[in-house]
Amino acid sequence: MTRPLLIENARIVDPASGLDHMGAVLVENGRIADISKGGPVGVPEGAEVIKANGQVLAPGLIDMRVFTGEPGKEYRETLASAGAAAAAGGVTSFVMMPDTTPVVDDGALVDFLIRRAKATSKVNVLPAAAITKGLAGQEMTEFGLLREAGAVCLTDGRHSIQSNALLRTVFSYAANYGMTVVHHVCDDALTGEGVMNEGLFATILGLKGIPREAETIPLARDLQLAMLTGVKYHAAQVSTAYSLDLLAAAKKRSKSITAGISINNLALNENDIGRYRTFFKLATPLRSEDDRQAMIEGLRNGTIDTIHSDHDPQDAEVKRQPFAEASDGAIGLETLLAAALRLVHSGDVDLATVLRAMTIRPAEILGLDSGRIARGAPGDLIVFDLDYPWQVAEADFHSRSRNTSFEGARLAGKVMHTIVGGAVVHTHAEGTP
Amino acid sequence: MAQKASNTATGTPGDFPPFNQRHLLSIADLQQHEIIDLLDRAERMVPVSRQERKIHATLTGKTQINLFFEPSTRTQGSFEIAGKRLGALVMNMSVKSSSVSKGETLVDTATTLNAMRPDVIVVRHAAAGAVELLSQKVGCAVINAGDGAHEHPTQALLDALTIRRNKGRISGLTVAICGDIGNSRVVRSNLLLLGALNVRTRVIAPRNLLPAGIEHLATEVFTDMREGLKDVDVVMMLRLQHERANGRMIPSVREYYHFYGLDAEKLAFARPNAIVMHPGPMNRGVEIDPAIADGNRSVITEQVEMGVAVRMAVLDALLPAGDKA
Repeated sequence: MTRPLLIENARIVDPASGLDHMGAVLVENGRIADISKGGPVGVPEGAEVIKANGQVLAPGLIDMRVFTGEPGKEYRETLASAGAAAAAGGVTSFVMMPDTTPVVDDGALVDFLIRRAKATSKVNVLPAAAITKGLAGQEMTEFGLLREAGAVCLTDGRHSIQSNALLRTVFSYAANYGMTVVHHVCDDALTGEGVMNEGLFATILGLKGIPREAETIPLARDLQLAMLTGVKYHAAQVSTAYSLDLLAAAKKRSKSITAGISINNLALNENDIGRYRTFFKLATPLRSEDDRQAMIEGLRNGTIDTIHSDHDPQDAEVKRQPFAEASDGAIGLETLLAAALRLVHSGDVDLATVLRAMTIRPAEILGLDSGRIARGAPGDLIVFDLDYPWQVAEADFHSRSRNTSFEGARLAGKVMHTIVGGAVVHTHAEGTP
Repeated sequence: MAQKASNTATGTPGDFPPFNQRHLLSIADLQQHEIIDLLDRAERMVPVSRQERKIHATLTGKTQINLFFEPSTRTQGSFEIAGKRLGALVMNMSVKSSSVSKGETLVDTATTLNAMRPDVIVVRHAAAGAVELLSQKVGCAVINAGDGAHEHPTQALLDALTIRRNKGRISGLTVAICGDIGNSRVVRSNLLLLGALNVRTRVIAPRNLLPAGIEHLATEVFTDMREGLKDVDVVMMLRLQHERANGRMIPSVREYYHFYGLDAEKLAFARPNAIVMHPGPMNRGVEIDPAIADGNRSVITEQVEMGVAVRMAVLDALLPAGDKA
């Protein structure tokens, strides 16, 4: 058993309870045992003490969209390296996408991942299971058996199911087991050969554009089918202003509809592509600044429920290519919190709102008891310095891949301690960035 | 060297100040004065190709690699002749497939070629930005001979030179570009270049061949060809890929020709002395009436001739003066 852990003199920010107060938190036997506001607290015998010196103590982040390379592409990322990256970034649990080789579409693979993660990863790995076999968008997987094996939700990862009829069946069968379906909304035909947001900038670069309607049309379909079937539906990641209108209307009618966004679509826009920088080539493309502003408003007013990293490790071989031929994706576990805090520092969104989208909201959507600072909840916590200035340098990453969309960015906010199940799994080393 | 007897020149005829660009990747990288400088240099190169001994050997001992990932007989031939008339050693490399999954990557190719120590690499690639990517991995000058739907800077320069020779000026003219605007690198380079020289630019095409935001790049946008050609000084026609007229982008060749093919009736809307241009290769009867293509207002073959002069001027300008024989 790990020693009891006391974190004292911390600014406790817990979006679930609305708490934002100085105090201390005691973790025993892997769970939160006590929360005290203000005043000095007694230190239990043999306890490890973290003096937070007024830094923020928050629930550990829950990242709903992380790709790894294990199994199949371990040179890109293993559960161990993803776990180390997550710990450094303050992510205490992440949902692992089923886009691996082989695809996670069988209970035995879910079981393998859970065991493997327990043995090698510093943080909680929550496997998501594929909706369709081989992510091919044709035949359903065994939802019930996958759930029993421990799959936390259903998703086809990067893939989007094109058939309305299949999707209806999927939603209705997932509702049968009360499983959340996380769906990437993308009309493949409308996307065509598009590689970035459609508009003037794509035209100048001579690149094929992806119209916003490639997202909004399948989203509108998904929302209608979600209301028809009553499934717990989570739009994996949205990026356009009109998507928010669709979501807001659907959410008025159904409590089981939620939506996520990649930190990239909140922090960056299409202009960051500059002259063909492929680290900004993302599967939900970076949109215009107007869209980004709309997304921030969507986060503020609750239309957007969750923020995730969309961590997608890719190696130089597939990224150092002409833009149209390069793979999509950027890593993000280690920059998620600081990039999200940009929105706080700029005054766009308050701290509790940003944290809510990365703690209690994902926990509620996935049915987890973490994501909150409450007696009995898992001891998954982070201590971070809200203002700590640092510059992103790929060489400092724990991830095996280097394809960050924040290379060289100056960020404020750094995780000092990451605690998973009451054990400190990461401590910021003084003198490092 | 065998060419030594005729090799007395040490720069572009006329002596120009050094050209301060390492590569020619995009017209967007050029200032107005640099564009004019290149046109002036090209003008001086025109007589070289018209004399009996077509040699102006300023690049003796230099190595030029033409690296074409997409076949292009004319552009590759034009660069080859330009390099040879300057005395460079020219090597042509055609890479059949630019497929990512098979064989070496573009960056590998660049690294390999760089090790052979060329002085200039001329690149054509099907992907936008590919030439710029390659330029970051080599230690020599790189010339963009067309990258996807992005840019084709020497085409825009040769078009401008042709216009200037026929009209006596460029600034203040009205130029219409008609055809497959969305997929054309020629359009982007021309709009940038002509815009920098204060030309009134018009693009003419059916809506589904017009890319998003084009109204910010051209002065005016037309979908009716007759309206678009009204009072223009120059008509530039673009090639329509046959495969686009298969009912997916354009219903048929005959419908396209009826509304967007350049014939005498439509050309009559332009100024009486308007010239007709085409970057080639032409599809006679698809985007242009053969009688117009080969008629007395066509300057299409002159464009080909100016292509050699422009490419000679660009090659000559990019190779550092202090480095010359």
